[in-house]
Amino acid sequence: MQQKQVNQQRSVSVGEALPERQFTPDNVQLFLYNAVLFNAHRIHFDAPYAKEVEGYPGLVIAGPMLGDWLNQCVEEWLGDDGRLVSIDYSNRQASYIGETLTTGGKVLAFDPTSGEIELELFVRNEAGDVITPGTAVAVLNTAG
Amino acid sequence: MTSVLNDALLANIGRQSEPVRELVTRREIRKYAIATGNRQRKYLDGDQAPPMFHVALFWDVVELDELSPDGVSIDRLLPKFPLEKAMAGGLHIEYHRPVRPGDWLTATRTLSNIYEKIGRSGPLIFYEVDMDIVDDDGNLVIREKTTRILR
Repeated sequence: MQQKQVNQQRSVSVGEALPERQFTPDNVQLFLYNAVLFNAHRIHFDAPYAKEVEGYPGLVIAGPMLGDWLNQCVEEWLGDDGRLVSIDYSNRQASYIGETLTTGGKVLAFDPTSGEIELELFVRNEAGDVITPGTAVAVLNTAG
Repeated sequence: MTSVLNDALLANIGRQSEPVRELVTRREIRKYAIATGNRQRKYLDGDQAPPMFHVALFWDVVELDELSPDGVSIDRLLPKFPLEKAMAGGLHIEYHRPVRPGDWLTATRTLSNIYEKIGRSGPLIFYEVDMDIVDDDGNLVIREKTTRILR
């Protein structure tokens, strides 16, 4: 029986860090994101409403956009060497326009036979809190 | 222990939304990729949809009088819960095949679970919504499970 060979060009090591990336979303980006979704929730564009009615310190950065950044973190690291299979994340703490957020992660496990990679991911705020933790599974391409 | 959930509420488990069928277009992919700050050419050019593009494709499109004053649409899949303050939730997303312009995709949402736990400040209600996205041949493209917590 022929054994499946995974991509030999790519070496993955447990503990390896994924490149970090900083995001400083502004009103324009947050507006465009919610416009693409057709999401009219005022906490994302109406600052007086967000502060006075909902009690937030500012305009709230959309939770699924933070989730998207975790997907980007995996895909930019993986490049064309494999594909993202699944992702889990949780929006634990809110963030606001004006903040700079950092995405990153590390390799938790790697199976060289199947090419399967388990990753731990994060969105971190300037205070160092992980506001959106996540995990993902990716798999390296099979050779040939 | 008194339960905040009753049989009438639990009877909503298994409830399904009407399927929603949408066309994937290059223009919508490009807008999504740009708005999320994506840096990959295949997404920015709209040749392929980035992983979470389905969030935009299947966001509820409702008429103005169906939006509450805060701009939120009411999720008709959900019953009225006895707890209403939403806390952090989680998402699990499986990607089964790439999405490209020209694809017709159909999403069906199912309220798959309702349960409660006792938190430090009292009871918490958890509910789960599964969204299965299939192509016109019925092949699974994306499966998403959302877990939300109410207190």
